[in-house]
Amino acid sequence: MKQVTYTISENKPLTADVFRMTLSGDTSAITAPGQFVNLKLDGLFLRRPISVCDWDADGLTLIYKVVGKGTEQMSRMEPGEALESLTGLGNGYDVAACPNNPVLVGGGVGVPPLYGLAKRLLAAGKKPSVILGFNTAEEIFYDMTFAALGVNVTVTTADGTAGVKGFVTQAMQGGEYVCACGPEPMLKAVHTLASGGQFSFEARMGCGFGACMGCSCQTIAGPKRICKEGPVMRYEEILWQKDKSIRSEE
Amino acid sequence: MPNTSVTLSTLRLDNPVIPASGTFGFGYEFAEFYDLNILGSISLKGTTKEPRYGNPLPRIAECTDGLINSVGLQNPGVHAVIDEELPKLEAVFHKPAIANISGFSIEDYAYCAELFDADPRIGLLEINVSCPNVHNGGMSFGTQPESAAAVTKAVKAVTKKPVFLKLTPNVTDIASVAKACADAGADGISLINTLLGMRIDLKRRAPVIANKMGGFSGRAILPVALRMVWQVYEAVDIPIIGMGGVASAEDVIEMMLAGATAVQVGAENLVNPWACPQIIEALPAAMEKYGIENLKDIIGGAH
Repeated sequence: MKQVTYTISENKPLTADVFRMTLSGDTSAITAPGQFVNLKLDGLFLRRPISVCDWDADGLTLIYKVVGKGTEQMSRMEPGEALESLTGLGNGYDVAACPNNPVLVGGGVGVPPLYGLAKRLLAAGKKPSVILGFNTAEEIFYDMTFAALGVNVTVTTADGTAGVKGFVTQAMQGGEYVCACGPEPMLKAVHTLASGGQFSFEARMGCGFGACMGCSCQTIAGPKRICKEGPVMRYEEILWQKDKSIRSEE
Repeated sequence: MPNTSVTLSTLRLDNPVIPASGTFGFGYEFAEFYDLNILGSISLKGTTKEPRYGNPLPRIAECTDGLINSVGLQNPGVHAVIDEELPKLEAVFHKPAIANISGFSIEDYAYCAELFDADPRIGLLEINVSCPNVHNGGMSFGTQPESAAAVTKAVKAVTKKPVFLKLTPNVTDIASVAKACADAGADGISLINTLLGMRIDLKRRAPVIANKMGGFSGRAILPVALRMVWQVYEAVDIPIIGMGGVASAEDVIEMMLAGATAVQVGAENLVNPWACPQIIEALPAAMEKYGIENLKDIIGGAH
């Protein structure tokens, strides 16, 4: 983990409420796709954790959905503004652990970290394919960007306005090794169909670096912190609870 | 060079700054960020007799200048703390640490206290009778002077280490609880724990926190903490560890003027992992600015 003050180089909408922000600055603490940054925003006490979509030596790309005060404030930031961040947080996806043909499954704002993952899988000589799920055609983003990498992309929409009608599971065959990121009901459904893989979870966090236990979840291997031992959990260790989430009551 | 050392009963600290329990884990993970030995001491994650997973998620909610947490005393249990966590801390922190103990019965408190008493890595016991996030325990011991005194007596009976009772602000008369602890033999008082609070999600029309309520902390609570440290200082003659909203060297001085001998930094660690070393490094200049040569001379100086 590092504390870095980034400079915003671009901040533009991809859809009505999903924005892409590119930042320039030190990315040396980012070591795996699926890691996140924790942003300090003016006037807000807690930092805001956002997954890294992609990065290189000079900067990184974040894709975020406006869902509350913090992300709304982010959407109004201009190029040239400074953004203080803790970077290189969480474990990220294990590229080496993926087989030759993993299926990357993203739902909505869970899509972005899979882009950085796809690039690194390709760089490692692997051949990922991608399933991207959205509610409706107007909410689709990054399908063409994935396709430009030369990977096979299947888009699903819940209302059938584009691609395959239904949820991402509609486009799965079953038994795949998946790398998934998206809302928890989606992760649960994908986990049921898949035979192995890595699943990235989301949580309201206090610190983002393992100090407060605010985002702990139960796993087969005992409690884990989504911010520190996660956000990516292995297929085998995920412990779904009665309420269909990894969130557990004692 | 101004003198920043203070003494809590038998425990001498190089400076009064201590990361607060629940915001610093078992300490060693912050060794990635800075040399922990700059700290006065470390108050470790609240420890119970049995392992506890804690409360369902979400456990965290944003507030103006603070947050609500409802972690619910997640910890691996006292035996794992001593056998697995303290060795990791000992490798990177070479001063006595503060064990923070919670319980669901008076026997629970004494059980943990006896084990920590035998551990040379622990210099002081902070007895948490104030956790707002567990049912049938924690805070229920700290809201009545009689039960707080009963816990104090039971712990004092099994340890020779200094015993500080950590009190809840969720009471009508903090001074009477502190006085009952002092009369029962407490060596000091820690305060304040978090203020019971709540946020509601407008879209879902439901509490943000899964456990509905949680403990409010952060910069916003500094005035409440100062007021209560002041009241307890007036009521008892034992040392006080003051905490609640401390985020700067000036806040440390203000807390000490209210009556604190040492000061804990809590929520600020979560948003700025370097908060404690930054406060410690800023202390000498702040002392000089306010004409303080020896920090311990200002304890209770505003009374």
